[in-house]
Amino acid sequence: MNALVLRLIAARIGLALVSLLLVSAVVFAITALLPGDAAEEKLGLEATAETLAALRHEMGLDRPALLRYGDWLAGMAGGDPGRSVVSGALVGQLIASRLPNSLLLAGLTAAISVPLALGLGIAAAMWRGSRFDRAVSMGAVAVVSVPEFLIATLAVLLFAVQLRWLPALAYTGPDAELAELARAYALPVFSLCCVIISQMLRMTRAAVVDQLRAPYIEMLRLKGASPLRMVLRHALPNALGPIANAVALSLSYLLGGVIIVETIFNYPGVAKLMVDGVTQRDMPLVQTCAMLFCAAYLLLVTVADVLGIVSNPKLRHR
Amino acid sequence: MSFPTPSSSRQGDAAAPATPGLSRRAALGRLLAGGCALPGLGLAAPAFSGLAAVAAPQPRQGGYLRVAAAAAAITDTLDPARQSNQTDYIRGKMFYNGLTELDAHLNPLPALAESFASDDAQEWTFRLRRGVHFHDGKPLTPADVVYSLMRHKDPAVGSKANAIAAQIDSVAADGPQAVKVRLKAPNADLPVLMGTFHFHIVADGTTDFRLANGTGPYRCQEFRPGVRSIAVRNPGYWKPGRPYVDTIECVGIVDEVARVNALLSGDIDLVSAVNPRSALRIAATPGFTFMTTQSGQYSDLVMRQDRGPGANPDFVLALKYLMDRELMMKVIAQGHAMVGNDQPIDPTHTFYAPGLPQRPYDPERARFHLRKAGMAGARLPIVASPAATYSVEIALVLQYAAARVGLELEVKRMPVDGYWSNHWMKHPLSFGNINPRASADAVFTQFYQSTSAWNATGWKNLRFDQLLVAARSELDENRRRALYADMQALVHDECGSGIPLFIASIDGLSSRVKGLSQIPLGGLMGYSFAENVWLEG
Repeated sequence: MNALVLRLIAARIGLALVSLLLVSAVVFAITALLPGDAAEEKLGLEATAETLAALRHEMGLDRPALLRYGDWLAGMAGGDPGRSVVSGALVGQLIASRLPNSLLLAGLTAAISVPLALGLGIAAAMWRGSRFDRAVSMGAVAVVSVPEFLIATLAVLLFAVQLRWLPALAYTGPDAELAELARAYALPVFSLCCVIISQMLRMTRAAVVDQLRAPYIEMLRLKGASPLRMVLRHALPNALGPIANAVALSLSYLLGGVIIVETIFNYPGVAKLMVDGVTQRDMPLVQTCAMLFCAAYLLLVTVADVLGIVSNPKLRHR
Repeated sequence: MSFPTPSSSRQGDAAAPATPGLSRRAALGRLLAGGCALPGLGLAAPAFSGLAAVAAPQPRQGGYLRVAAAAAAITDTLDPARQSNQTDYIRGKMFYNGLTELDAHLNPLPALAESFASDDAQEWTFRLRRGVHFHDGKPLTPADVVYSLMRHKDPAVGSKANAIAAQIDSVAADGPQAVKVRLKAPNADLPVLMGTFHFHIVADGTTDFRLANGTGPYRCQEFRPGVRSIAVRNPGYWKPGRPYVDTIECVGIVDEVARVNALLSGDIDLVSAVNPRSALRIAATPGFTFMTTQSGQYSDLVMRQDRGPGANPDFVLALKYLMDRELMMKVIAQGHAMVGNDQPIDPTHTFYAPGLPQRPYDPERARFHLRKAGMAGARLPIVASPAATYSVEIALVLQYAAARVGLELEVKRMPVDGYWSNHWMKHPLSFGNINPRASADAVFTQFYQSTSAWNATGWKNLRFDQLLVAARSELDENRRRALYADMQALVHDECGSGIPLFIASIDGLSSRVKGLSQIPLGGLMGYSFAENVWLEG
């Protein structure tokens, strides 16, 4: 088992590095295709030929594009993503100032949505066909069908503007107390949970139901195992692979894909930082954010695969 | 031309005229106030009822004010030379001062300069106010002014005002309390330029702008680009009794809906750049109101006159007659705009020429000019974008009117991103958007002079160029007004720039916020609300 897992992880890390390199090349090529460069975006209509030239020189944009990419890549390999061309700040620092915000939001959302989704999914699978199952399944479809900007906007209108229970903005500043923090995060976490819960819930239910139809479950029932033991001890480990994958996919969305929620709640996270970077043609920043999201995605998917193998008795004992 | 030191009581009154054109401007002010009671602008009434109390009650000291502007990015900066959006300008006005500041008609008033004068409009003397200190305790000296002005000329600074500063020949101390600015050519509007955001005064030698060290009403306690700034009251501010509020937290909320929701949920007290639909929502919520500020901002139809159909003057006139400006004002801007007359100076400005007859919506005359131009039945693309405020809507109204006189306009809607570098000025018919400029000379020079890089229509008019240069050295305000009136008439009659509307900005505010008035450089009192507002208890 250990050899298998180790080989898998090693292969995954190798593939991940290749993927990251490819992604960086693609992102670089696409940003190069965007009209205008960082100097033009920054000076806008006030640009003159001299200030443009001076600013391009200061930003290092007067050097050939491939050379700039090479420099960035070399720096990145050494762990230094370089400086933002538009603000001159270290990209590492920019991301370090936003990443904790994103991780906190993602962490809170995961802590609430994952147990809820798994619990509801397993329960629905156990009582499949019942009223409870139908209510949960329909609720999940209904929630996933509503776009997140609508959920978030309606939640703000109701809870912040009408009832005034919760703030409309999520950011609290560095020295907020716990109660204030909970109030501030309530609405964005709720909106994000709505988006990711149904995916995980439906996958969990489907995977467990699939297992419950298998012949070995019938055998267990004949042996007199309790329904709870049947599901938790026997069906669930076999279903863990697909569930872990669904969870990983949903969670990877929480880091880079939450731009809408960050915009609506004016939350300074990494997704907004990257969108800023694109509009300002800030190549090192865009590249580094893309690497970060890509790495997080690969990490989560790899963890899900390993979990699937470790938990699956058939694979474990092969 | 010279300006006396105003008494301290008058400094506070931004609307107090400081120059001889008092009666005309006062009349205009009444005209504007009256206009707000018209049905089309009736929506503004709640705002003014809230603001009517401005003069009477005593300002209250203290409180914590939260403000949200419409821009936030990691490029937010406290370097006046590089500031580029309204959040930056708000911060600039909190932390710094200019040599002058601008009143409700964009006339220059003394600020860090207690007086300014010139005999020939080319060499200017600014006498510095005594007893002014930077936040770090350093007294204001001529060296600070020399440094702050001359750095715009250094390309490495990347100043947004680099092109404007090119007219400065030298800046030198004139004794311990005055500065002489020598221009390469006369410019009677120099004191106006000195009151704009980029020419704020920083301490000599400053290169680190992580925090601001200015002479302004607030000290910078925290600044995180793209996130927020915290400003605390400067107790040693040189305007006695100012500012009133203890602390101002300023954030940028890019999404308009989020900004308005933050106001209505009570998280924010004051927001800028609200759209007309949200203004209705704000007015309908108890405890909130909005304020409309007219300004010189306009989106214009740019008809290239050096190529394409715009080279024919009849075609240009035809499109100008096809603009149903009243309809655009009422429907597109919902009353938060003023009808334009193809003259680039707006009615709030001291140099607006009121004598030009209003160009009407006249399909018959348009049809006549279209036939004369040989363009009847033609099919033409017209490029618009949300980047130029209301331009897509204006293009659609125009398209409808044009179809009725046998001209087929094909509206091409371009994305915001890259519009200015790729589309503006690049097509026979496109739309531009000009932000309010304090100086009439700047508007004419940047967008209408033959040689300007942003002469979007490619208009070349020798007489206009001559008048422009003549007006620059004219220190007599009435003669200058006459020259500017002639120039506005030329643009109105001949230039390929169709100006249907002057666009107002709308701010939303909690009714606790008092003391705001309009300065037509933009919303939030031309971004200078910080030293004027107070919070009701």
